[in-house]
Amino acid sequence: MQGWATDHPILEAATLARIIVITSGKGGVGKTTTSAALAMGLAQRGHRTVVIDFDVGLRNLDLIMGCERRVVYDFVNVINQEANLNQALIRDKRCDNLYVLPASQTRDKDALTKEGVGRVLEELAHGYDFIVCDSPAGIEHGATMAMYYADDAIVVTNPEVSSVRDSDRMLGILSSKSRRAESNEEPIREFLLLTRYDPARVEKGEMLSVDDVQEILSLTLIGVIPESKSVLTASNSGVPVVLDRESDAGKAYADTVARYLGDEVPHRFLQVEKKGFLKRFFRG
Amino acid sequence: MAGYQRTSVGDRPAVFELKAAGFTLPIIRLLEADIEAVAAELGARVEQAPEFFRNTPVVIDLSAFPEGGAKVEFPLLVGLLRGYGMIPFGVRGGNKAQNEAAEAMELAILGEHETRATRTERAIVPEEPAPSAPAAAAPSVQQGEPAPIPRAGAGAAFTLVTRPVRSGQRVYAAGGDLSIIAAVSSGAELMADGNIHVYGPLRGRALAGMKGNTDARIFCQDLQAELVSVAGHYRVSENIPMELRGVPVQIYLDQKILRIEKL
Repeated sequence: MQGWATDHPILEAATLARIIVITSGKGGVGKTTTSAALAMGLAQRGHRTVVIDFDVGLRNLDLIMGCERRVVYDFVNVINQEANLNQALIRDKRCDNLYVLPASQTRDKDALTKEGVGRVLEELAHGYDFIVCDSPAGIEHGATMAMYYADDAIVVTNPEVSSVRDSDRMLGILSSKSRRAESNEEPIREFLLLTRYDPARVEKGEMLSVDDVQEILSLTLIGVIPESKSVLTASNSGVPVVLDRESDAGKAYADTVARYLGDEVPHRFLQVEKKGFLKRFFRG
Repeated sequence: MAGYQRTSVGDRPAVFELKAAGFTLPIIRLLEADIEAVAAELGARVEQAPEFFRNTPVVIDLSAFPEGGAKVEFPLLVGLLRGYGMIPFGVRGGNKAQNEAAEAMELAILGEHETRATRTERAIVPEEPAPSAPAAAAPSVQQGEPAPIPRAGAGAAFTLVTRPVRSGQRVYAAGGDLSIIAAVSSGAELMADGNIHVYGPLRGRALAGMKGNTDARIFCQDLQAELVSVAGHYRVSENIPMELRGVPVQIYLDQKILRIEKL
């Protein structure tokens, strides 16, 4: 995967945004956390980025991004042309390149029409470098709308069998029910992001290893995010975890963003951290 | 999506569902035209177990009724059965004239499907040695060929898949072979009228010889399948021995037994 960023005419010319869907099939694996972290990471590296919450009816992205008290209009308002994009987009206070398009909490997924979503993405594509689509769980309408126009897909998977199977199912849908598949274009580029990885439990055989998951899914691994308390803390305080430079999870997300942009970064946090004598002594 | 929740006109809930169901019913198979003799024997039977026959729907089977003999006395027969508490409601196996007579008595004409099934079942046994003849001839056909190439050969449809087949996806190679040079995930389904070749791990289902071609085979590099089948003869994962898992194998039918063999 390295090197594609410079090869890619779209990025060089910076004309149309690249649409990235964050998907998984299974719920609770870290899609919204990843969407927030990836969008923030891309924006911090100087790319104009917008992150869209597709989870209409169960909106959460605004909380994770810490902008829940600034929501006036939402994605569905824009689709229904009750508001224009500039009214609905919320600029992030920490990073000028980042915008959030929140979901509607009072509607359901049927409010997302293929034409409406296409129109909004088309409009955004001219002003931004990346559009990150935070998909709802499941394989129904909301999820298929989130992935339909995607150029790239990041499949968020936990190292356990049911999550792996659901990801696999999602990959099947990605390769058959997207705009690229329907119009016979170059297929969506698919990446695997393992989250909530706990090397100690892998060592004990309680959790699938990176290799196990890769063998089943045969995908390009874009990152491994270790299980970390900092993720929950970050979510609760509305700060994308990538901004927490001290935590392993924050570092791992920063690495993931770098890899997505074509940098060659070795994977970290795959091994159990060796505790030094002092550490053991003080932490117990 | 809407098809699954079809309701009647408007938004009223559906008032009925149309479904198919199979029932096991007693059949009265007439072997003789003599209605008097039938009446006598029926009377004796019913006397032994009157409760068994009460309000029991019955089908009249005419497949063994002597041809060219007297016609079936439907009014008499129906009256007789009703008299014993049975509910005659249909006939099967009759010829055109018999069916017309039955229809006149408002009896249903039932399909011959089951009759045929039992006939073929019986027929299979004596025909058993027959397939050995073409089987014996087969090696001579293959003589001189370096490998037993499937008979489908050139011109037959051939399907090649280069991307992984994911859980929930189905690939059907109609009329020919199917080759997959990627992984087949658990929950994926491969089907082919001919052979199936899988060069990645096979974790899903593979069904070769979908249209009953018993010569079809499955070849795979790494067998971890949930189910394998050739011409309807199948084995589930549980019945695949450990030593055959994760190794290259071929799967074929040998005398109606599905064999899995290391390559």
